[in-house]
Amino acid sequence: MKNIKESVMHVVFLLSACASILAVAMICIFLFANGVPAIGKIGVLDFLTGKTWKPGNNIYGIFPMILGSIYVTAGAILIGVPIGILTAVYLSKFCPRMLYKVIKPAVDLLAGIPSVVYGFFGMVVIVPAMSFLFGGSGKSMATASVLLGIMILPTIIGVSESAINAVPSSYYEGALALGATHERSVFFATLPAAKSGILAGVILGVGRAIGETMAVIMVAGNQARMPKGLFEGVRTMTANIVLEMGYATDLHREALIATAVVLFVFILIINLLFSLISRKAEV
Amino acid sequence: MEGIVEINRQTVVQKMKSYRRSPLSLLLYLLVTLSALLTVLTLLFLIVYILVKGIPYLTPELFAWEYNSENVSLTPALVNTVMMTLLALLVAVPLGIFAAIYLVEYAKRGNKLVSVVRVTAETLSGIPSIVYGLFGFLFFAVKLKWSYTIMGGALTLAIMILPSIMRTTEEALKAVPDSYREGSFGLGAGRLRTVFQIVLPSAVPGILAGVILAIGRIVGETAALMYTAGTVAGIPSSLFGSGRTLAIHMYVLTNEGLHTNQSYATAVVLLVVVICINAISGFIARQVEKR
Repeated sequence: MKNIKESVMHVVFLLSACASILAVAMICIFLFANGVPAIGKIGVLDFLTGKTWKPGNNIYGIFPMILGSIYVTAGAILIGVPIGILTAVYLSKFCPRMLYKVIKPAVDLLAGIPSVVYGFFGMVVIVPAMSFLFGGSGKSMATASVLLGIMILPTIIGVSESAINAVPSSYYEGALALGATHERSVFFATLPAAKSGILAGVILGVGRAIGETMAVIMVAGNQARMPKGLFEGVRTMTANIVLEMGYATDLHREALIATAVVLFVFILIINLLFSLISRKAEV
Repeated sequence: MEGIVEINRQTVVQKMKSYRRSPLSLLLYLLVTLSALLTVLTLLFLIVYILVKGIPYLTPELFAWEYNSENVSLTPALVNTVMMTLLALLVAVPLGIFAAIYLVEYAKRGNKLVSVVRVTAETLSGIPSIVYGLFGFLFFAVKLKWSYTIMGGALTLAIMILPSIMRTTEEALKAVPDSYREGSFGLGAGRLRTVFQIVLPSAVPGILAGVILAIGRIVGETAALMYTAGTVAGIPSSLFGSGRTLAIHMYVLTNEGLHTNQSYATAVVLLVVVICINAISGFIARQVEKR
């Protein structure tokens, strides 16, 4: 009796462990089965490099959206990475213990705020500010970049901080003993040793930024055309899916799913890079 | 760390002198402090701005039982959110804990399956929520012909939070000292009994902190629910009806643009929920560290 119970539960645990494998397999199968035929119908090149997206005329080129995603993500990295790394350095090497108890939970909270709230904040604060500073409607690539830059801060701070903390303190002490100031020791001895870990954090941030949907929709303008400039509206792949999925049918819907397939492939590549680099950081 | 600080204790005057010799150090110091300040001020500004604009509109009418186009009550959305959270946790928590038990307590070292599970869990945690939403739409709404349902939304979210529950449980189980297990085995308990009576109870706080963070993610989720649970603004009569959660409610309100003040108020409610969740999970995590 006891043995039966043991072996039944063993199987139950084993099956539960397989749930994540099943989930990934199902997601891949459903996305690819529904999206890849559409890419075939439209033509791989026409789909990936086509510069016009006009579902009404059966023209499905997602190049503008791919570019939009890349530009917005690059902007977010440009804003979020320097501030994030410097904040991580502050938290790890400069912060008095009392302040740490305040700043650390604040950074955690930044990670917990829902993306709709970020989007809303972007809409009522950053959009008008951008419109005031640079003219136009304010809903633009730059606005989305700023907002995403804020949103990826906690990811970058968290990973960078633990990477910096993992560097042996002998590096820092050695630099100090050679007469370098505290700041120089941290920046020229400790920080370079943590660079793989920090890079992993940046890649994780790229993944967050490229996959973010609701916040971007609310501030990016979403025009489905080639990105024209920093202060013009832009549409990302994620936005394309959410905006049109509600009413799309037939090939249009399949083309949207195919957009998700492209996004998914982007994410898989980013994940792969992340695990390669974080493995290297561990060694 | 403490030792280093003691040895290097400088007076402000000494510090200034050393900065005069090395202006770069001063620059670096300023940059670092400024960045940290910017991060904290951004968060502070966001929270204060939304609270100040939103709290005046937290009227009793906003919490009326019925939603209609004049009074965009958030109660139905709140009820849906609670339902959605409970359902998703009901599926994901046992599954995640069992999976972690297998990985930590049962799998032998060098088991191939374990590395496959790890890789897939890592992949799952990197997938953006819109992709989950699309999968939920294709599978639950289209393939199983459920259309938009609370159930479909909850199951989609369950898959989404599964990896984080697995990871926190794994860490909590690993933190239980082996002497506990050895003691239990030594007294003649089987593996199953050891896991449920000895290991799991000591790992509960760690698991709980992870579950609470998962709740935060469910409450704030939008993209995964738009096309799985739908955007209907009432409480559905069954779990197989459509209904929107608080976050979707807020998105729709903002998008319609007719009730901006109510959007602010809804944002306040969301923020308060998230702040509470973070505080609770932080508190539990600190308790764990103390032990």
